[in-house]
Amino acid sequence: MGKRKLPQMTLIAVLLYALIKVLSLDSIGALNGYFMIIINRSLIFVILTVSLNLINGITGQFSLGHMGFAAVGAYVSGTITTLVLKLSPDVASSYPIFIGAIILGGIGAAIMGFVIGFPSLRLKGDYLAIMTLGFGEVIRIILNNINYVGGPRGLLGIPKFSTFTIIYAFTFFTIVLIRNLVQSSHGRAMLAVRENEVAAELVGVDTTRYKVLGFVVGAFFAGIGGGLLAHLLQIATPTQYGFYASALLLVYVYAGGMGSITGSIIAAFGLTFLSQFLQLGFDSLSNMTGINFGSEWTMVIYALLLILIMLYKTEGLMGMKEAKLLVIEEGTK
Amino acid sequence: MSALLSIENMSHYFGGLKAVSNFNFEVPEGVIYGLIGPNGSGKTTTFNLITGIYRPTEGKILFDGREITGYRPYRIVHRGVARTFQNLRIFGNLSVLDNIRIARHFNFKAGLFGSLLRTPGALKEEKKIREESMQLLEVMHLQNRALEDAKNLPYGELRRLEIARALATKPRLLLLDEPAAGMNPKEVSDLMDLIRRIRDEFNVTVFLIEHHMKVVMGICERIKVLDFGETIAEGLPEAVGKNPKVLEAYLGKRGA
Repeated sequence: MGKRKLPQMTLIAVLLYALIKVLSLDSIGALNGYFMIIINRSLIFVILTVSLNLINGITGQFSLGHMGFAAVGAYVSGTITTLVLKLSPDVASSYPIFIGAIILGGIGAAIMGFVIGFPSLRLKGDYLAIMTLGFGEVIRIILNNINYVGGPRGLLGIPKFSTFTIIYAFTFFTIVLIRNLVQSSHGRAMLAVRENEVAAELVGVDTTRYKVLGFVVGAFFAGIGGGLLAHLLQIATPTQYGFYASALLLVYVYAGGMGSITGSIIAAFGLTFLSQFLQLGFDSLSNMTGINFGSEWTMVIYALLLILIMLYKTEGLMGMKEAKLLVIEEGTK
Repeated sequence: MSALLSIENMSHYFGGLKAVSNFNFEVPEGVIYGLIGPNGSGKTTTFNLITGIYRPTEGKILFDGREITGYRPYRIVHRGVARTFQNLRIFGNLSVLDNIRIARHFNFKAGLFGSLLRTPGALKEEKKIREESMQLLEVMHLQNRALEDAKNLPYGELRRLEIARALATKPRLLLLDEPAAGMNPKEVSDLMDLIRRIRDEFNVTVFLIEHHMKVVMGICERIKVLDFGETIAEGLPEAVGKNPKVLEAYLGKRGA
């Protein structure tokens, strides 16, 4: 067995955390509140993208309704914490309850993953995509029609529990756990399903089990991500978790590389920042020239850059490779 | 010798096409058994039926005295039946070692949470699988390739890897679907040695489909000949080789 990389990973994660914390101090001011919001959002999108990659990239299934799972996590945890806050308004002492609510949200999403996983056994490729797309929309429409969680207006007044530290910690654990899973015997069984289903079955892999498992674990972490997002934005609306957001996650997975955790991290972070920087760039360009470049130009350039990535890096930025730091032992990717 | 695999009155239809018709045969434990016949005579279909890819329209399949008809393929593998494919089905994007380790997975005793958290128990299981897989690669002379992507291997080694992967499931019966396809004469004679060695060292009964007559006549101890889904001859290689029906099915076709 190769040497364990976890201490190394933890060290780098802690250093990075400290760096961001120091830079965001008021006295230094290198990272203002605006940047911290983008960083927090990017981290949550890392969780969502990595979890989608487990379903699409590792297990070789196709989920086009991944935000549906995130919605379940957001609404379950959001409902719990708003209730708790009503009963005892002391936010500071409620952190354990918040963590519990987030995990319950994940479990709720995992149950949905299980429910979706089963019909998926009979469907492949495009058909599976259409079914999961339908699932995402069903979730959205159901939420639209439940008055208890605000209907189309959304769930309001969710306490702001998702601090940078909390989000950072959840992101770190998500990456470590999914890395552990992918590079274990169970993970290899999932990869075998992706590579060749018939061959997997004929070397003794219960392909049914691993397809459902991919959906369940992927949905669990999506639920966690959704929960964190709701407690960051303090609101959860059905439209946030619609098709557009699911498609965006899919773009991140493909741009990063199908099956590469590293790629998902880079893409989720990089592309979120890219779109923000483009926005900033256009704004200052407008200011300098006096000509108004609308924000729609941001999306044009952004889309163009994505097309370029896919043209020159057909397999995504990382292909199927992982950064050395995320590889547990030699011979596993 | 008792029968390891017995097939009773098995038939299989694809729509109106009779792919396999009323098969009855037994593969005794410990032999190298050959199934031959012209293209389209139902050989691969027979393998697909035994391994559970298709469910027979009629009849029964018994392995080691117990019925396996209609079982999911992975359960049949767990019972002790492994196979290779006519056109290779290697996990090309994974390493050679991972190809083998996946086939050892059915013996992995740690649960999902053990793997997520890398508990000592799970790590011990991982280590065991890795060691067993490396040993197997050494036996198959593939140890130097362990960390390479399987898709980068030359054809002959891919064939060997597929056999190694099938052996990794610790089978009692190994089904080889045209193992000599696309091999040069040197590779063919190496393959024949390998098949004999596998039978002797791994204690595996070998059941193979082959077009290559040198292989069939050279290593098979019993042969069954199919034509259009029906058995036309069965027995020892010498007798089958002289059977007029067999000569007609093969040579008659070629002459026409």
